[in-house]
Amino acid sequence: MLRALMGVAAGLAMAGFATAASAQEEKVVNVYNWSDYIDETILEDFTKETGIKVVYDVYDSNEILETKLLSGGTGYDVVVPSAAPFMVRQIQAGALQKLDKSKLPNLTHVWDQIAERVSKYDPGNEYSVNYMWGTTGIGYNVDKIAERMADAPTDSWELVFNPDVVSKFSDCGVYMLDAPAEMIPAALNYLGLDPNSKDPGDIAKAEEALKKIRPYIQKFHSSAYIDSLANGDICLAVGWSGDVFQAIDAAADGVNVKYVIPKQGAQMWFDQMAIPVDAPHPDNAHTFINYMLRPEAVAKASNYVFYANGNKDSVQYIDAEVKDDPAIYPPEDVMEKLYTVDSYDPKTQRLITRAWTSVKTGQ
Amino acid sequence: MAGLRLFFGRWIVTIVPYVWLLVFFLAPFLIVLKISFSATAIAMPPYVPVFDQLAGFWEKAKELSFDNYLWLTQDALYIKAYLSSLKIAVISTLITLLLGYPMALAMARAPDRLRPILLMAVILPFWTSFLIRVYAWIGILKPEGLLNQALMATGLITEPLQIINTDWAVYIGIVYSYLPFMVLPLYATLEKMDYRLIEAATDLGATPLKAFWQITIPLSLPGILAGSLLVFIPAVGEFVIPDLLGGSDTLMIGRTLWVEFFYNRDWPVASAVAIILLLLLVVPIVIFQKMQERSA
Repeated sequence: MLRALMGVAAGLAMAGFATAASAQEEKVVNVYNWSDYIDETILEDFTKETGIKVVYDVYDSNEILETKLLSGGTGYDVVVPSAAPFMVRQIQAGALQKLDKSKLPNLTHVWDQIAERVSKYDPGNEYSVNYMWGTTGIGYNVDKIAERMADAPTDSWELVFNPDVVSKFSDCGVYMLDAPAEMIPAALNYLGLDPNSKDPGDIAKAEEALKKIRPYIQKFHSSAYIDSLANGDICLAVGWSGDVFQAIDAAADGVNVKYVIPKQGAQMWFDQMAIPVDAPHPDNAHTFINYMLRPEAVAKASNYVFYANGNKDSVQYIDAEVKDDPAIYPPEDVMEKLYTVDSYDPKTQRLITRAWTSVKTGQ
Repeated sequence: MAGLRLFFGRWIVTIVPYVWLLVFFLAPFLIVLKISFSATAIAMPPYVPVFDQLAGFWEKAKELSFDNYLWLTQDALYIKAYLSSLKIAVISTLITLLLGYPMALAMARAPDRLRPILLMAVILPFWTSFLIRVYAWIGILKPEGLLNQALMATGLITEPLQIINTDWAVYIGIVYSYLPFMVLPLYATLEKMDYRLIEAATDLGATPLKAFWQITIPLSLPGILAGSLLVFIPAVGEFVIPDLLGGSDTLMIGRTLWVEFFYNRDWPVASAVAIILLLLLVVPIVIFQKMQERSA
């Protein structure tokens, strides 16, 4: 929340700056991306080469980005929303503009498998280009789990959704993403139902499964688990792959954290580079996106953030530590088990949010 | 000439607060009120109708409805969130009063040269960001935190207490954050109090306790009311403290509003929640106004 609030403050400050900048048609591009999501030397290299100054600002939740986009007049030229359920809706609402593909010659490097999965949300990939993608899985503290349960099923969603298992870890802390669009599909998937189901009966079953494990969950939060895992404060967290890798990277001495894509499969997410409909510098935005489509540039970002990107030619430039990690670049058989979730219509959205509130508060 | 200038001077002095209220309170309030009668839509902005031009004003105005307010009554969640917020705010206000009153009294009766220092000590926390201070409480209250370590070291407890992510942590956070707002108005009234009244009471045979109940408390009533409202009103709508310190089952209206606005993108329902919250808070403010008028 701290980061979110600071992001809002910074955004307000920047929006003011951006309007001032556009009046003079300066060589500026205003980029609004997730926090800790780029190697900043890439931005310096970009400015050196193109002479375009990058004004970089960050957020830590899709909701904050979406609210700003829907209010309009953000002053941002490049934004990086998650494909589902966010970007789909932003496209429908008319908040983003179509990309001019003639200005993006580096599109040839795009990984077709990723682009194809994304086209479910952005038909024809007309509005966006993949920046990074990953999974929603489990981050856990190896030693604390082993201490409490020697044969813990660490390769399975049982670790979280089986009350008999997860109850063993409640004393040392279990966190869960505060994101109904992630957790309801995960529960559906664990129950063997279609993670994409919009049937109220199925959603009620997912709600029931989540309520059974509710007593053992200490906190629902979408960013606090990074620090808590790294400091060894908690046993396990359902979280986004890259965030858990950040926790692994920042882990204190003697804290051994691991990330796993459970064998039942996991949700895949895509963070997409896109241009707001009212971007003040659309040309510079295209130049920036085209630069980020360079295999060397985006590989540098992957090496820094520990996420897979949607650029197949970048793989050769990626460190072995990243590209050989099956939790980041999953092997083919695991890839097949990863699922994506469509965007929800307003009625289903409300149903899901309501089920989620009910799980969290018992109301 | 002088009379004219005086007239304008007065006129400006009167008008400035009204302009202030109009621009920073009434205008935003009307915008929120209008959105609360709208319907949600996948659009920019995410609701209909939008009055961007005068043409078709009446046709659009007909689309406005009370549906969002009806929705609030249909789901018990909202009422429970309001009640839970009121409960947390009332209890926090009482605790700040119990802690703040002796502090203010001690400050008011401290020697003259000490008072500025004590006053400074109350104001000093404001020099650090509110968010940072709330974050610091996470470090104090967590299972391996300072508080648990200290209690374990003294042998008072053997197992760490689970305080963080519970309602207890929310109470601690609110009481800590709002204590200065209670102490300062109390200090202001107590400092102005004429202590010869207490002396007179003692001379007439009242015990110190009786003098306190019958003289100090009634005379400091405006301070108690002002301090309580300054704590109670922001505490009802508090969002940051329950988000950072509270558990996921801490139900507060500020969070419900956040969920409506950001998760459901339902600006109309979020606006309706905000309007109801405002109406709930207007009641105690009006009571306070009435009491002040009576005492004046």
